Amino acid sequence: MRGHHDMGGLPAGPVDRDEHVKQAWEKRVDALARLLSQKKLRRVDEARRAIEALPPDAYDRMSYYERWMAATAQLLLERGVITSDELGRKMDEVRARETAR
Amino acid sequence: MANEAHPHHHDHAHGHDHKTHPHPKQPDLEDQPLGYYQIMEIAVRELLIEKGIVTADEIRQALEVIDSRTPAMGARMVARAWTDPAYKARLLADGSAAAQELGIDSSEVKLIVVENTAKLHNVVVCTLCSCYPRPILGLPPDWYKSREYRSRVVREPRAVLREFGTDIPDDVEMRVHDSTADMRYLVLPERPKGTEGWDEAKLAAIVSRDCMIGVTKPRLG
Amino acid sequence: MSAPAADTAVPARFKPGDRVAVRSADPPGHIRTPWYIRGHTGTVERLCGAFPNPEELAFHRPGLPAQPLYRVRFPQAQVWPDYRGPAHDTIEIEIFQHWLEPVR
Repeated sequence: MRGHHDMGGLPAGPVDRDEHVKQAWEKRVDALARLLSQKKLRRVDEARRAIEALPPDAYDRMSYYERWMAATAQLLLERGVITSDELGRKMDEVRARETAR
Repeated sequence: MANEAHPHHHDHAHGHDHKTHPHPKQPDLEDQPLGYYQIMEIAVRELLIEKGIVTADEIRQALEVIDSRTPAMGARMVARAWTDPAYKARLLADGSAAAQELGIDSSEVKLIVVENTAKLHNVVVCTLCSCYPRPILGLPPDWYKSREYRSRVVREPRAVLREFGTDIPDDVEMRVHDSTADMRYLVLPERPKGTEGWDEAKLAAIVSRDCMIGVTKPRLG
Repeated sequence: MSAPAADTAVPARFKPGDRVAVRSADPPGHIRTPWYIRGHTGTVERLCGAFPNPEELAFHRPGLPAQPLYRVRFPQAQVWPDYRGPAHDTIEIEIFQHWLEPVR
């Protein structure tokens, strides 16, 4: 079955040449990915595989850096570096902190 | 897809240094509540620091490496190749080694440099994801990672290049390179007429990121 | 990037100039042979070297022995039934040896 990411040759519209300024969090996603690869806690092939496994509508809806962040979290979960529970709780804590600002 | 907060074209070779000329605050964007993945980024980072797996300093250093990489590095390689035939030969034989000669840390990539000539025009894509010679050109533009580019440039490269304002005559072979595995690609554009006697710095200034991907050709002025 | 494990590499079957066919396989998993090129015939442009298999690396395995990786060149007019460019246009893709069969 053709993967949703495997799009070479499929019909599509004109190329949008507008570029967005990279936000700080997006660069941090990239920085974290590099760092984890250096520490052998991530391989780019694993990250690609995790992104390819996203449901097609999620793949299309998510931004590039959202997909890479999702992949990083997935790999850390697979390796047991973090657990869903602790990540979920930390995300709740961050959300509460950010909302209180 | 990506937030189109401040769209403008980065079709020039100088590094975009946000520290010396920062973009104006984007009120709509920066006052929005954080998205799910932005929160995840903060949470993962804090957890990993708490666990002693990464440090804030390491993240800062990784950010500095990312910021230090700009298309100006690739432009220097092109300008050197245009003025030094022996360097050009080495560049075409082993792109990574030729980059290292100019102090560009290309140890992470196996770089293949493909030469545009009067008879051949090369263009690069990664249809499966976003493979790009980051150590040589920095981060890829949004359009390179887009569905539209990845889907269409392999099948109708001439039409896609026309959208970038580039018309390749029919007597010139159009060759598309799909980066599917471990190699990364840099296009060595043809040196334009009218640049005779220019020094490397002046030549590098007309070598844009887009012409090293292959969607445009260098223009004078 | 770590160097290819040269001493445990699968021997190279093909050389530049060889005609090769991309297998029409459809396995699940992490596959780096694009859908659009499967089943097509091209010419080996060069042997890039031998690299750990990304299909295995994607699932936390070492991907050894390293597989020969080739750049293979295809005529666009043969890859796309509706290709509108001139007959000499080409596309080059990196393909791992286990996806290639010899063509007489």
